[in-house]
Amino acid sequence: MKCSEFLQELTNYLDGVLDEKTKVELENHLSWCHNCYVVCDTTKKTIEIYRDSQLYELPEDLRSRLRSAIMTKCQQQKKRGPQSVG
Amino acid sequence: MGAIQNQLSPPVTDELSLVQAAKRGDDSAFEELVRRYDRNVFRIAQHITQNREDAEDVVQEAFLKAYSNLAQFQEQSKFYTWLVRIAVNEALMKLRRRKPERTVSLDEEIKTEDDSLPREIADWSPNPEQQYTQAELREILSKTIQGLPPGFRTVFVLRDVEGLSTEETASALELSVPAVKSRLLRARLQLRDRLGRYFQKRESGDGNR
Repeated sequence: MKCSEFLQELTNYLDGVLDEKTKVELENHLSWCHNCYVVCDTTKKTIEIYRDSQLYELPEDLRSRLRSAIMTKCQQQKKRGPQSVG
Repeated sequence: MGAIQNQLSPPVTDELSLVQAAKRGDDSAFEELVRRYDRNVFRIAQHITQNREDAEDVVQEAFLKAYSNLAQFQEQSKFYTWLVRIAVNEALMKLRRRKPERTVSLDEEIKTEDDSLPREIADWSPNPEQQYTQAELREILSKTIQGLPPGFRTVFVLRDVEGLSTEETASALELSVPAVKSRLLRARLQLRDRLGRYFQKRESGDGNR
């Protein structure tokens, strides 16, 4: 496997959807190609860091304000009558 | 903790039952759907719009639209995927309004010839996120993902942050599966590249190799 081929398969590899044969070839490549090993490892970390980051959490007070605004608007809409689109 | 609650009432928990109840006019079932997905919709909206007020608007508009069009929801896909599609469209509309000088589209042509290996291949320190405080880390992550084109960051957020499958992401964004995969790869590699500036191993005197 060449470095460019490794890169093509990286997403499938990280998502665990690679067929066994390609997976073995890829892991064999990683065992001797340091650059690809680093790319693979740090890309995995990138995903994990974002997944665990709790970026843009919705604060509870805002959350309940939004929810009651949504439900009020929904009820107003219901009172206005049925959908125009059938 | 959960066991006590379960004894009180057998709540309707699965998504399809909630949707069907909401369709029959049960607003408390719809409210449960809001409660279930509001955080996700907010995160997705803020990732796309990069603006808190816009994200709040998107949450309201997306749920209201879902409520009004619930009768048209076919139940062939998951409600959540359908909701995400509505939310993404609302968020992109906000972004377009805010940045009218630039076309904002998920279908924007993305060059494919530079598919070579990333240029900088420096290793990271073992626990890079621990070099920063929580607040600093959030700032770094937020700034870094803002630098991606909307089409890239939306795919990354749905797949890697929200955990939608490739097929669900494709369906929510009305993209093909190969398009999702290719954008995801690019988004991941670009983020990795950019985060490297903050997370690189610091070795004195080791500038170049």
